[in-house]
Amino acid sequence: MAEETIKFKLNGKAVTLSTDGDRKLLWVLRTDFELTGTKYGCGEGLCGACTVLVEGDAVRSCQTSMKDVEGKNIVTIEGLSMNDQLHPLQKAFAAHDALQCGYCTSGMIMNAYSLLSKNLDPSVSDIVRGMDDNICRCGAHKRIIEAVQSAAKEMKGGMKP
Amino acid sequence: MTTDEVTGLDFMEHSFSNTLPRRDFLKLAGGGILLFFTVGDLDLLAQQRRGLPTDFNAFLKIGEDGRVVCYTGKIEMGQGIITSLRQMLAEELDVALESVDIVMGDTDLCPWDMGTFGSMSTRIFGPALRKAGAEARAVMLELASEYLKTPIDSLTVENGVVYDKSNKQNRIAYAILAKGKKIERRAAGSVSVKKPSEFKIIGKSLTRRDAKEKVTGKAKFTSDIRISGMLYAKIVRPPAHDSKLVSVDVSEAKNMKNVQVIQEGDFIAVLHQYPDVAEEALSKIKVQFEKPELDLNEINIFDHLLKVAPEGKVVTKGGDIQKGESESAAMAEHTYLDGYKAHAAIEPHAALVHIEGNKANVWASTQNPFTAKEEVAKALGFSSEHVRMMPVFVGGGFGGKTTNLQIIDAARLAKLTGKPVQVAYTRKEEFFFDSFRPAAVVKIKSGIDSKGKMNLWDYHVYFAGSRGAEQFYDIPHHRTTAYNASWTGAAGTHPFATGAWRAPSNNTNTFARESQIDIMAAKAGIDPIEFRIQNLADKRMQNVLRSAAKQFGWKPAKAPSGRGFGVACGIDAGTLVATIVEVKVNKNTGEVKVIRLVCAQDMGLVVNPEGAKIQMEGCLTMGLGYALKEDVRFTGKEILDVNFDTYEIPRFSWLPKIETIIIDNQESDPQGGGEPAIVTVGAVVANAIFDAVGVRVYQQPMTPERVKEALKKG
Ligand code: FES
Ligand code: FES
Repeated sequence: MAEETIKFKLNGKAVTLSTDGDRKLLWVLRTDFELTGTKYGCGEGLCGACTVLVEGDAVRSCQTSMKDVEGKNIVTIEGLSMNDQLHPLQKAFAAHDALQCGYCTSGMIMNAYSLLSKNLDPSVSDIVRGMDDNICRCGAHKRIIEAVQSAAKEMKGGMKP
Repeated sequence: MTTDEVTGLDFMEHSFSNTLPRRDFLKLAGGGILLFFTVGDLDLLAQQRRGLPTDFNAFLKIGEDGRVVCYTGKIEMGQGIITSLRQMLAEELDVALESVDIVMGDTDLCPWDMGTFGSMSTRIFGPALRKAGAEARAVMLELASEYLKTPIDSLTVENGVVYDKSNKQNRIAYAILAKGKKIERRAAGSVSVKKPSEFKIIGKSLTRRDAKEKVTGKAKFTSDIRISGMLYAKIVRPPAHDSKLVSVDVSEAKNMKNVQVIQEGDFIAVLHQYPDVAEEALSKIKVQFEKPELDLNEINIFDHLLKVAPEGKVVTKGGDIQKGESESAAMAEHTYLDGYKAHAAIEPHAALVHIEGNKANVWASTQNPFTAKEEVAKALGFSSEHVRMMPVFVGGGFGGKTTNLQIIDAARLAKLTGKPVQVAYTRKEEFFFDSFRPAAVVKIKSGIDSKGKMNLWDYHVYFAGSRGAEQFYDIPHHRTTAYNASWTGAAGTHPFATGAWRAPSNNTNTFARESQIDIMAAKAGIDPIEFRIQNLADKRMQNVLRSAAKQFGWKPAKAPSGRGFGVACGIDAGTLVATIVEVKVNKNTGEVKVIRLVCAQDMGLVVNPEGAKIQMEGCLTMGLGYALKEDVRFTGKEILDVNFDTYEIPRFSWLPKIETIIIDNQESDPQGGGEPAIVTVGAVVANAIFDAVGVRVYQQPMTPERVKEALKKG
């Protein structure tokens, strides 16, 4: 294992970490940084529970090596709410009951964030297409779509993403 | 309710020593007013809890700060009881919803509970909780009457404050009444609960109590718990169940920095402070196994099951089967098949065990913490009061988190290393150790008379289990026989573990029954809804069916009508359900797309209507998986589906338009909500495929290949 010094921005703060560059971001977030909101569901890029933002794009942290995040800006579910203010997506997920067990929720919200950052006026089929690779066993899909739609409306109305 | 529904899980094996004695509860609970109560049928409880005191298994407290806390061994895994239980308690006690807390699943604080499954939280725990709440309110009134020197009759309660009806200034808060008191009461069950017309909180839709934690990533699931000095363990697993370890070389893993290797016979584990490094160390272990020879797979399993089936037991019967046969104008005989299904909760099983001296604290994704506690105690050689299960969120259960093997692994490793140890399954392990929904066979012979009235029903179910096997139509000559009435089988039946899967047995039974009913409707040349209504004596079920039909905008036509419409009814956990669907079938690819699902439910009193609808939507969405795609593939005792690439579960693009209806039936007791709607999904899809293209698929899942094959056969 070759230790590297890796610098990146995590939830708005500059951080430096000495670790093996081949380690996956998911485990570094969950252990080294104790940010456990990002979940493991499959480890192979198939479920989306581990989704975080790298440079504003939704990526699967279980598939992302640490050496590839050098100098990048990473946001996790913990970094989405500002000064205790929930992000419109978080509010909408809660208000629409867009979760049951809540295990897929962080990944869903982060993926939706990336989706809305590119399209604040998504149709239902845009949402379905954009969210399709995030899976949920509890069957919260219907309300997740509703939540994303309503968050989009609020964000379009001026709320900063 | 039949005993099968209540005693479904195999918790009889464990001899429970006991949870904390009452005085220890009191110590932990602090000052205030405590009310102990019993949930469930006392006789049944006594049977299940051999040697355990049965005088209470839940209690609530009105604290000196005015907060009301209910302690229960039930757990929250997505079904929303954390919300509905609060509603019931606040309603009966006349306190603000915000002042009620539910403490769940902490085995030191909560009295014994058999586990969270079988849709029992609302229908069995709920009524008991309401009664307890009403009784606690009566205690408060007694105390207030003394304090205010006013007869009880003149008092009333609002938001936790007792008033003199004629003089509102003459009042006292629950909190003040509880101050400095240590009152312990045993519920007598004599106080009656509120009438539906008096409800202020029950029947109101509320959003989830735990939503904020879950949308901010703060909710702690088992694998999120971090304690200092903890190690993450990865364990060498065989490629197939019952494999023999032939050789192992751990030297390379041992050479890795800070990696600890544990080897105790076949039990080989690597541990590290990072789970990913432990995983890497695991991959460095060279290991050879010998797989057992067994010529079984997802195709020939059904012949095997019929071969090893035990003698059948008649579950119900009436009339005379032979007479039914000879008097039938038309008969049909069919065999239905259903493959193994995985639970596939997105949170894999996980556990963290922390041993300090002779005590162990355990965090685990389990549906039955009290069973787990006993299992851990046994594994560690501890007395069970020295094991404490801590409360955590559970990321979906569906019956799968009633097996606790990962907890035992973690306990064993914590003892061997002297460190806190986490064992969290990979997805592959999750598939490997799952207690699958069993593969099953159903054979039905049925008949109608010349007027299209059901006349004969001879039903044989192999290995699905008997829940939902009893038909509920009005058929003079009928018999239901179960060959192995449970979802587990004797050794040599299934190549791996099987168990309860959301609405156990009933998904398979309803698929078979409602397919066959549709076949008879087609034979009679009668619209399938009309046919069902004509053959149902149960007015409530007729009503549920009519409600669904109305919402759907059903126009009667005999099948196949080419419209792709299907209908099915079911009963599960006391709830009546009817579902109607519209599908599109691609004749070239065999692909079935579900366009619209309408589902009506009569579930008695509904505490949180929106919460109930969420559960229905969840059931309908999840059900599409077993109806269309989910089938565990295996060779012998090796599971071939190990992740979501080949084991496909429902996704956004599958989602039909879903409409749910809850029948207003406030006067009846609340029934199950987390399972019933799922039972109808396979059957509605099968019936809609027939309606669309005129052929029937007799096996779940109804994959494109099976649809194409059916089309080819014509
Ligand atoms: S854990 Fe990364 S996609 Fe499933
Ligand atoms: S809410 Fe449980 S997996 Fe999505």
